[in-house]
Amino acid sequence: MTAPILALRGVSKSYGAARALVDVDLQVHAHEVVAVIGDNGAGKSTLVGALTGALVPDEGEVLVDGSPVTLSDPSVARGLGIAAVFQDLALCANLDVVENLYLGHEAQRGLLLDEVTMEKHAWELLNQLAARVPSVRVPVAALSGGQRQAVAIARSLLGEPRVIVLDEPTAALGLRQTAEFLTLVERLRERGHGVLLTSHSLADVQAVADRIVVLRLGRTNGEFDAAKTSYEELLAAVTGIQR
Amino acid sequence: MTGVDTATGLSAATWQRLRTGDLGVLPVAVVLVLIGLVFQALNPHFLSADNLVNLTQQSAATGVIALGVVLTLHVGQIDLSVGAVSGLAAAVVAVGSVQLGWPLWLAVLAALAVGVLVGSIYAALHTRLAVPSFVFTLAGLLVITGLQMRVLGPTGSVNLPFEWWLVRFCQTAFLAPATSWVIVALVVAGYAAGRVTDRVRRERAGLPVAPLWQVVARVVALAAGLSLVVAYLGTNRGVGAVFALFVGLVALTDLMLRRTRWGRSVRAVGGDAEAARKAGVPVRRVFVSAFVACSTLAALGGVLAVGRLAAANQGSGAGDTNLTAIAAAVIGGTSLFGGRGSAWSALVGILVVQSISTGLTLLNLDQSARLVVTGLVLAVAVTIDALQRRAREA
Repeated sequence: MTAPILALRGVSKSYGAARALVDVDLQVHAHEVVAVIGDNGAGKSTLVGALTGALVPDEGEVLVDGSPVTLSDPSVARGLGIAAVFQDLALCANLDVVENLYLGHEAQRGLLLDEVTMEKHAWELLNQLAARVPSVRVPVAALSGGQRQAVAIARSLLGEPRVIVLDEPTAALGLRQTAEFLTLVERLRERGHGVLLTSHSLADVQAVADRIVVLRLGRTNGEFDAAKTSYEELLAAVTGIQR
Repeated sequence: MTGVDTATGLSAATWQRLRTGDLGVLPVAVVLVLIGLVFQALNPHFLSADNLVNLTQQSAATGVIALGVVLTLHVGQIDLSVGAVSGLAAAVVAVGSVQLGWPLWLAVLAALAVGVLVGSIYAALHTRLAVPSFVFTLAGLLVITGLQMRVLGPTGSVNLPFEWWLVRFCQTAFLAPATSWVIVALVVAGYAAGRVTDRVRRERAGLPVAPLWQVVARVVALAAGLSLVVAYLGTNRGVGAVFALFVGLVALTDLMLRRTRWGRSVRAVGGDAEAARKAGVPVRRVFVSAFVACSTLAALGGVLAVGRLAAANQGSGAGDTNLTAIAAAVIGGTSLFGGRGSAWSALVGILVVQSISTGLTLLNLDQSARLVVTGLVLAVAVTIDALQRRAREA
């Protein structure tokens, strides 16, 4: 197998006395959906932070294409082809859809913003995702949870990233929106992206993931091939119950 | 959403936009016109060209300070020391040029540098130590007022000669009629060209476009509005140079806020700083730019004030300057909660405050009435701001 696009080696992170991650290893390859599952407080969000530059681990290495990197900032991670969709979606509610999509990397025409190009591309992108947004010029505050998620995912695709990291993408979605989202993840894999998503919904994860990594109390508690693992095995690994 | 409320004549959509504050400075502009009509009814001198020229000239210095306040409010912060900074800048200009014998331009640059320095200190306190801005700017208010007294020395007052360019610029310089009309023509032509180019590009890109009559109507309205102002003020002394400078700064700031990457970062940081940081916005630099711009504009306001009074004293920038500038920004419709507002709110807001002040003076009411009325208007503006925020979140 080729070298992973993105990997963690021996990563630890503490918040004061609380150890959020302890000696975690992880790999994400191209054309692969990796799911990280775990109960609340297992360290999933911290893991996502370490992968996307939102926080810097206390120990261990982040590797991109096999070389160690320091992701000091989300923009550094994005520069290396790692895009993030955070659990809180990280959208500015007072800005409209186009403004949010391009925030931090706006298209310019001379010194001024190129609104026409941005708006056109925004429609194309949202249509690709089959996202139903009433207008790209309404503030995000006026959109539903599913629509906001579509905007956040569309934003992560803008820089044609190699890896997309999704933190709890289905937590705020209804049943139909979740189904649409899972189809979308498959589309991302077909396009050749590596996808890492965290969840505590085992059913969602089994439907879409190739490989499942279980986190428990900050430590890796097993890595499973999604096709060959039963729901009960996963549940046992997540909860730590011995069978 | 297309139902029309027969009592008010407003469509439901317009009412919704009014309720959430999405109509921008338009409602306040309507209020400004109403204030003008009320005072005109009470005193026929109020809308005379002479009075309006005075009103515009008096608005400029504090208006420039209010423009800076608009920027700090945009990033969700506040600077309570803008009046003190303007007073210190005034003192630096007067003492530097008159008592120390510096060239006037150097004294003005020194005053602006003071503004840059103060803003940088505030920005460092906020971005490095995360101290709330209302606390350290309140501390700054005291420190800077003390420095102002120290700079002015024991006499406490320094006069500038009337023939100096700064005094002439702020008191007696008016745009020649031809210059005013050329500027109006250029602004209207530039606006029309921008609108048409935008429309053509949107059409080519297959995006929805506003009907052509709307574009034409906007251009005609702008041309008519500007012409009316220039023609009417022209029957008296015309458009003051210092007022033209103020409006120019407002227009420039508006363009930067709406159409540049910097402006978008400012609104994003004011809306949700953490989300902006995750999106890759250089949040720290945005805060620095807002605080520095605010203090520097406050210093510029102080420079213009010293020119207008031809003097700097311990009262420069003290008393109500601070609160007038902040009140003007809020009354003009810039939200105290960050991320919403417009550069134009500095212009409309200061005109509202100044109109009330001038109107009450014309009615032979003293400062006490002025403070009470301005305070009540500010209270109404803040209440509306809070209600609009609730309506947006609902």
